[in-house]
Amino acid sequence: MSEPLLQVEDLRVHFDTEDGLVKAVDGVSYTVGAGQALGIVGESGSGKSVSSMTVMGLTRASNAHISGRVVFDGKDLLAATDEEMRAIRGGQIAMIFQDPLSSLHPFYKIGDQLIEARRVHHHEESKAQARDRAIEMLSLVGIPDPRSRVDSYPHEFSGGMRQRVMTAMALINDPKLLIADEPTTALDVTVQAQILDLIMKLQHELDTAVVMITHDLGVVAEVAEEIAVMYAGRIVEKGLADTIFAEPEHPYTWGLLNSIPRLDTPRDQELVPIPGRPPSLITRPPGCSFAPRCPYVRESHRRIDPVLADAEGPGHLVACLLPKPTRRALWSKLRDGVQPEEAKQAVGIPETLSASAPEQEVKA
Amino acid sequence: MSATPDTLLQVRGLYKHFPIRAGLLQRQVGAVKAVDGVDFDVYRGETLGLVGESGCGKSTTARLVTRLLDPTAGTISWEGNDIANLSRSELKPLRREMQMIFQDPYSSLNPRKTVGTIIGEPFIIHGVEPDEGKRKKRVQELMEQVGLNPEHYNRLPHQFSGGQRQRIGVARAIALKPKLIVADEPVSALDVSIQAQILNLLRDLQRELGLTIIFIAHDLSVVRHTCDRVAVMYLGRIVEMAPSDLLYGHPRHPYTGALLSAVPVPDPRLARNKTRQVLTGDVPSPTNPPNACRFHTRCPKFVQGTCDVVDPPLEPKEGGNVAACHFPLSDEEIASRVPTAAA
Repeated sequence: MSEPLLQVEDLRVHFDTEDGLVKAVDGVSYTVGAGQALGIVGESGSGKSVSSMTVMGLTRASNAHISGRVVFDGKDLLAATDEEMRAIRGGQIAMIFQDPLSSLHPFYKIGDQLIEARRVHHHEESKAQARDRAIEMLSLVGIPDPRSRVDSYPHEFSGGMRQRVMTAMALINDPKLLIADEPTTALDVTVQAQILDLIMKLQHELDTAVVMITHDLGVVAEVAEEIAVMYAGRIVEKGLADTIFAEPEHPYTWGLLNSIPRLDTPRDQELVPIPGRPPSLITRPPGCSFAPRCPYVRESHRRIDPVLADAEGPGHLVACLLPKPTRRALWSKLRDGVQPEEAKQAVGIPETLSASAPEQEVKA
Repeated sequence: MSATPDTLLQVRGLYKHFPIRAGLLQRQVGAVKAVDGVDFDVYRGETLGLVGESGCGKSTTARLVTRLLDPTAGTISWEGNDIANLSRSELKPLRREMQMIFQDPYSSLNPRKTVGTIIGEPFIIHGVEPDEGKRKKRVQELMEQVGLNPEHYNRLPHQFSGGQRQRIGVARAIALKPKLIVADEPVSALDVSIQAQILNLLRDLQRELGLTIIFIAHDLSVVRHTCDRVAVMYLGRIVEMAPSDLLYGHPRHPYTGALLSAVPVPDPRLARNKTRQVLTGDVPSPTNPPNACRFHTRCPKFVQGTCDVVDPPLEPKEGGNVAACHFPLSDEEIASRVPTAAA
């Protein structure tokens, strides 16, 4: 197997704040192959955005402590100088953000902004050449009449069209990797469908790798081949999209799947909320960080910090202390609409721990 | 619901045009036709959903019904009496009976007031519970009822999470035991795991207190789960209305079909097998909406000479849905595009 395009290893991003040290990202590892699509799912504060912004070198503030490794195309980005990062950012790695209006400069024509984005990385190109390229990109992302629209200002576009412009700008230098951070959250569902189709089309046509960050399980199901579920700064479950949706093994993933109303299940199916709320990233609870909200918690789970370990399928990893057979038995109940409390009674939670318990590393 | 539904609210021919003024004399040069001829009934005890994309007029409709805005034309009958033209003072007793819950739990609560004051405010405004001690007791009962810790009576909004703040909003709304609650995107600012908490809370309160709810949202899955009946709006008009099972089971208006087809389904296998029907272009401007059927500029079933000439009336179609369309969707057309058709 060839080297993956992006390799993130044990990434930690901690911020000094007045309230204490915020462990926004606390030991995250993943890889993305060329032309692949990874979905990172999590709620606000799970660290999903901070981890990808760190890949782009956008969290290098004086109060940030970053450790681990981010290897892109054979180069360690954490060790790169600011100047080297500027050459990569917007060139080989590009990013689209949630809010397309605040990401575009309101005073400049979108053509000028696209030309600038192109020429920063291609000094040799003339303005005319870059303009042709800008028009080509606008037409690629489906902006009608790109020849005249290239001279429009951002406010002259609708939200969906602005997100297309952002996508055109992100892709103007043929990046190998596109990071999309909640690219459709601010958009209406019909426009969201347009943008998702566009991102998938570009992924396949230009062979761009995509990291899709979102809280919407529907969006990742449509786009991603592989999914990482983040909770409190860590990946708690990772695997192929089909596996994560059909045979999830982490109680948080179960909670997410059963707390959203969906169109493909009976209308009266009960929603099962996840009780409580995410933990503080400053005073993380000892042991499993999901333990305070987990219906299947045992006393030992509050002491022992689980690590990602092999689950059932290929490449399927989960950080959960429940033994594998217990997890599978629980999910088979929950999947059929059994409430967590009843599932727990029926299955029974043993004291034994899974391979996620690090034997020597049990933290005091 | 009983066999003969009891109408709480009846809306007929409702219009809201916001004038656009320009020039030195601020002459009116046009109008944003936010709500442009809307008729619907709300039955006692039901949850009616209003869905549509941004700018379709769903929030404006809600604000007209609760008389936070003055309608340009139309009647709003509240328990049989037209309230469309009542003055502020005439409206005051009505305000007790209709309450709103807003989208943003951050900006809809006064940051300088304690939770106790915020929830207790309706009692003071309407002179219901002037005695401070008794009021505090009632507020704490309300806090208990919506799942907040009554000991947090003296805390400020910023000390609560988004979900808890939305519970404060709910407590304030139910304080005076209203008949109608208008919830405008009550869960769209919340994290997915918290959304379900608030949706279940609203459902439980509705059963307990016999509330009638108008539920506005853009998330079609949430609306399906929450609402008994649903009205789909496009450019200031209702294009389709039906009980949830019918609307989601067999949408008849091509716009409803397109909306449902666009919803991403959290199941990769299903997502792969679905033919998604992607609407092209954007919603036209409500200042100058298209003639006749407003959806004809984006409609996959557009027929020239009909759709752009004759305005389709909102009328019953096959299966019981009421839709405004000359060429409603057939069951075959629905089957491949709409994930709920099978469910």
